[in-house]
Amino acid sequence: MDSLLNAARPPVFCPGCSHERITHILDRAFQSLGLSGERIAMVSDIGCSGLFDTFFHTHAFHGLHGRALTYAAGLKLARPELTVVVTMGDGGQGIGGAHLLSACRRNLDLTLLVLNNFNFGMTGGQYSATTPPEAEVGSGFLNRLERPLDICGVATAAGAPYVVRCSAYRSDIAEAIRNAIAFKGFSVVDIWGICPGRFSKRNRLTPKGIEEMLSRLTPFEGQVSENQRREFGEHYRELAAAQKPVPSPQVIAATYAPLSADRQEVILLGSAGQRIITAGEVLCLAGLHAGLNVTQKNDYDITVLRGPSISEMILSPQAIDYTGIGRPSVVVALGPEGVARRRKMFAGLAEDCTVIQAAGVDVPACRARIQPVDFKGQGFKSTDWALASLGVMAKLGLVIRPQMLEDALAARLKGDVLTGAQEIVRRAEPGE
Amino acid sequence: MAFTLMEGNEAIARGAVAAGCRFFAGYPITPATTILNHMLAMLPPLGGICIQGEDEIASIGFCLGASMAGMKVMTATSGPGISLYSEQISFAIGSEIPIVIVDIQRLGPSTGSATRGADGDIQFLQWGNSGGLPVIVLAPADVKDCYTLTLQAFNLAEQCRCPVFVASNKEIAMTRESLDLERLTLPPVIERVAPAPGQLFLPFQASGGERVPAFLPIGGKTLVRQTSSTHGLDGYITTDPAEITRMLSRMQAKIHAVADQVAMVEHYPAEGAETLIIVYGVTSRASSAAVRELQRRGKPASLLVLKTLWPVPETAIRRAARNAKRILVVEMNLGQYVREIERLLPGKAVDFRGQMDGRLIAPETIVEAIIYG
Repeated sequence: MDSLLNAARPPVFCPGCSHERITHILDRAFQSLGLSGERIAMVSDIGCSGLFDTFFHTHAFHGLHGRALTYAAGLKLARPELTVVVTMGDGGQGIGGAHLLSACRRNLDLTLLVLNNFNFGMTGGQYSATTPPEAEVGSGFLNRLERPLDICGVATAAGAPYVVRCSAYRSDIAEAIRNAIAFKGFSVVDIWGICPGRFSKRNRLTPKGIEEMLSRLTPFEGQVSENQRREFGEHYRELAAAQKPVPSPQVIAATYAPLSADRQEVILLGSAGQRIITAGEVLCLAGLHAGLNVTQKNDYDITVLRGPSISEMILSPQAIDYTGIGRPSVVVALGPEGVARRRKMFAGLAEDCTVIQAAGVDVPACRARIQPVDFKGQGFKSTDWALASLGVMAKLGLVIRPQMLEDALAARLKGDVLTGAQEIVRRAEPGE
Repeated sequence: MAFTLMEGNEAIARGAVAAGCRFFAGYPITPATTILNHMLAMLPPLGGICIQGEDEIASIGFCLGASMAGMKVMTATSGPGISLYSEQISFAIGSEIPIVIVDIQRLGPSTGSATRGADGDIQFLQWGNSGGLPVIVLAPADVKDCYTLTLQAFNLAEQCRCPVFVASNKEIAMTRESLDLERLTLPPVIERVAPAPGQLFLPFQASGGERVPAFLPIGGKTLVRQTSSTHGLDGYITTDPAEITRMLSRMQAKIHAVADQVAMVEHYPAEGAETLIIVYGVTSRASSAAVRELQRRGKPASLLVLKTLWPVPETAIRRAARNAKRILVVEMNLGQYVREIERLLPGKAVDFRGQMDGRLIAPETIVEAIIYG
């Protein structure tokens, strides 16, 4: 294969920069893989490593600092046939650490080349995530306070199946990069090099010195046996293909006449776990069976298993504009937490409003008509009170007819759950 | 009459799929999470991709990569996530990457209240990018708008190669409503334009009098460059002030040029009305109720509902306000869009009524503001 280097845009690195060496070596790796430019996407971000994409005749995506792996993931998922090579610096590992961890855990077939030269070259040699504490860099004493990141150790712990740590001056580095690209899965190559413009101006660092530093560390030479597993994209496509299509939205035709020509507002006040929201939905579906416009607005705390649960429904022959509850026709008090959250509302209830009050739940004094219902005495579990209250409403001729409710249950539920729900609404009695 | 019961977020997901969206990435956040849930249910069986990112920055980053690979993409979040998107939004603007970004606004600032609504991001969506180039922001008022405006948002993103925001609100997103799907009027779906064959392709060249460059995907036969750096037609860094000016002026002009096409408003003039209420989003519904009540009380007011917030539908606003003695802007925030109205209508009395406490603005509040000032 021919070189993929862009003759019109030769490398512009500082004399002696190891990045220039890696540029040529990467080109050799591409050639040995027999890849043409349109089969490769070079993804880079900010810093000197971010210049790489301009030196190659390949597709190129140059983005924000530390985020190269995010674009690479989108490209690879959209075009699995592309060879996607990401170049980042040691700076990018700091700012984009979350993406490194996730890329390792995800195992999408990308190759990450970390051009690790122990400092931020472009901005004045400040310390990065990999700067040794003993180095003299452009951040004063700050690097003496922090421990350098072991990129390969972290990548391995996070699940990267292919990890290499090597010197930019290693004789077989082209082969190492080639093998990393050829590996099907996420591969990380942490390449230690020299930044002559900044780092080695104040710190003595030679290729031999890098070798000595590396020799004192755990070697990483490719496949990490305990992290071998299926490549994410292939696995994703297999699982995705097995997913069932989502049915078209359920369309409910009007089969009954509505009970009222006016806007009806209903509010269910309960506690988490009482299936308040589901009952609200069933009420809305009942409204649809009479051709009514409906809205359902819920109010609950961000925790799910405790606290108030409130559902506010509007059913109206006219289009519904304002979705707030102003003048409820029916208030259903099923739990003290819901009642407490709407305590102030009771004083304003009108005389033609009905409050269905579950036995054992106190409500503030109000002018509304109180309909006490002993759901517990009728043998209902607290989780079924909301549904039972719909049965009570239908029997009292409030807002919905029994047939609307039956049809709504059939539209929403199936099998044993439906049978159980039908029994509940049929059995529920207004009582006194 | 046949209705479907649907929440706003499901309508957004369904509108996106109808527009041809086949890539979604998001990070769970109330009240936007159910969009992620619906996209996860819908896209994989269609051969599409839905991913949960490790954070918001990654989620929009995945989308930008997939968009450059040629897919129609969407992400969705709320205030905290939009803040994290900010740098990537600037990238999408400056590098002309089509994407639909849904912001289900919740009560802020900051973490605020996850399950309470607000319209607190309206200026942020326009100006929360570095460089300050114009964007397109559409604001649904109900579940129907969620469906149709999302489809419109995709069309505009593809046509203009830019991010398009859908500025929804918890009060629409998580409210279920009856929707007549049969009666939705949907525009035809618009696709990205590929360059004419046989010409030298430059990724940022808009030719033939166009303001939007033709698009080729990364991964195709022709090499494509994308960059977040200030670039010339070829996608390489440039420092040439003339070239930079041409590029940035074109990006500004391409949005300004579609301002009237993008402008979606609903104007309800009332005979004998002195006041024009200008609103957007869920508050437009309380305003409709207020206008009805005002009519009943013999104090008619006109209503202008904005579905497009950015670019500001200036022509439509000026036209609707022509005969109004007084303007009342009502917002679920402490006064954001009213600044645009004041700018557009110098010399008119522009009043503002805002509320940012997690509750919907009630019709009575608007009625009182009209009658008692």
